[in-house]
Amino acid sequence: MKFLVCISNVPDTTTKITFTPDNKEFNKAGVQFVINPWDEYALTRAIELKEAQGSGTVTVLNVGEADTEPNIRKALAIGADDAIRVNAAPKDAFFVAQQIASVAKEGGYDVILMGKESIDYNGFQVHGMVGELLGIPTVAPAMKLDMSGNTATLEREIEGGKEIVEVNTPFVASCQQPMCEPRIPNMRGIMTARTKPLKVVEPTTDAPRTVVAEYALPPKKQGVKLIPAENAGELIKLLRNEAKVI
Amino acid sequence: MSVLVVVECDGGEVKKSSLEVASYGSQVAQLLGTTATAVAVGEATEANLAKLGEQGISKVLYDAEPRLKDFVNGAYTKLIAAAAQQEDAKVLVLANSNIGASVGSRLSVRLQASLATNVVELPKTDGGSFTVKRGAFSGKALADVKLEGERKIIAVKKNSIEALHEAGKTAQVESFSAQLSDADFTDAPKQVVMQDQAGGILLPEADKVVSGGRGMKGPENWHLIEDLAKAIGAATACSKPVSDVDWRPHHEHVGQTGITVSPNLYIACGISGAIQHLAGVNSSKVIVVINKDPEAPFFKAADYGIVGDVFDVLPKLTQAVKELG
Repeated sequence: MKFLVCISNVPDTTTKITFTPDNKEFNKAGVQFVINPWDEYALTRAIELKEAQGSGTVTVLNVGEADTEPNIRKALAIGADDAIRVNAAPKDAFFVAQQIASVAKEGGYDVILMGKESIDYNGFQVHGMVGELLGIPTVAPAMKLDMSGNTATLEREIEGGKEIVEVNTPFVASCQQPMCEPRIPNMRGIMTARTKPLKVVEPTTDAPRTVVAEYALPPKKQGVKLIPAENAGELIKLLRNEAKVI
Repeated sequence: MSVLVVVECDGGEVKKSSLEVASYGSQVAQLLGTTATAVAVGEATEANLAKLGEQGISKVLYDAEPRLKDFVNGAYTKLIAAAAQQEDAKVLVLANSNIGASVGSRLSVRLQASLATNVVELPKTDGGSFTVKRGAFSGKALADVKLEGERKIIAVKKNSIEALHEAGKTAQVESFSAQLSDADFTDAPKQVVMQDQAGGILLPEADKVVSGGRGMKGPENWHLIEDLAKAIGAATACSKPVSDVDWRPHHEHVGQTGITVSPNLYIACGISGAIQHLAGVNSSKVIVVINKDPEAPFFKAADYGIVGDVFDVLPKLTQAVKELG
């Protein structure tokens, strides 16, 4: 079975967010980039399923410029077999989905996995767009994924519960916990990753449909009003009469 | 030309987030000089759909096909696309929910529309452009996004838009069929498992949340959180370390890689306030932090704080709510 795992290159979760002086772009200076944490569930689960089947391949796909390669190599070190990088800065979700769909069409993958969303743009869009572009089902967000032959059983999170869904390959799933325990690379993985194939392809020419006009930081809080612990009940009065929230 | 809003229903009721979506849609319609139609999904009653008039909706389309009671991505997408064609909708508005994001992303390709999710404000339409404000970087930033093209889809973040209530206004409910076939139900659920909801309030829909961290010392102490939550009508939540060690289920985990919430009131008990947790809660309107460590970073993001032991403070708060009545 052929798995395609789409990964995004995002600022580390502890990053303090700042922007370029014109507020049009994220300021990358001095920022550590990581594999999007949601995508790690997709990657590890694909590797686990391949191992359980005893055959098949896991291909990692990233839409990004050359600076994303360290994280692509990390995905190879975790256990993917090969990688494809579409050589373009991700312009918007639709642009990225077009690139993924184009690679997927050519490669004939059975299962296309990705994280629920990226922790930078938080679009939660690419999974559905790829499914629609390829005309195949999407299950999002998936908390569990098992395969039996060509049939997958997934748990799809809905507000307040979950649905048990069965779909046949090919399909797209966007992954989140508690699907698996994301793996970290071991020394052997890091050594072998260096020689695994990483193919660079040029993007299709599709135009994005959205443009970020400006970024801003959320409004700052006024400062905390402290209430002495021995007088804790006073807080409830403030929440009712001053903040008017209870 | 019209605005089409997607209204999610459950157990006959329109979800709170969908009342917000309907209100958003009717205000966009007003801005564009047109009317707002709703298409309802899930289990609904005609009486409750007619009440969407209070949120400014003039007409509601409803397909009573029984298999649409549960979420099916394929069928919902086809239903809404058919409604959008019939109504010549130029703007679609849906909730930024798991259902809304799943369906909205497919619809954006099918209808060749631009899509913005996680939207927190009404659009600005100066000079022919159409710009919405959305949350980005897991709540650490906001982005003004220009939506291109003739058709737009907007997924509205929960609790960011005030629902309208114009008493007495009713919407006309029309039956609607998208002529769905078995092929549209390939991802229909074999089974639906709902969570056991202690207080009956769902975290993603809640406007008040009481949340516990490692400072609660163990799952056996969670009754302190639950008592306060029950007293003020709040949902319960937890930090990542708590769900990682299985003190509480994963669906209660609030933070960057869990659920993002934006309630009117968020009470954090024994949570230090790691940046990943703050990312999931910092759009809450009022934040209360209870922690015995006065240096806990969470106090910097709080509106009210108590430096004290949660085991001492929480019962006092619950008692104070009961006394106020």
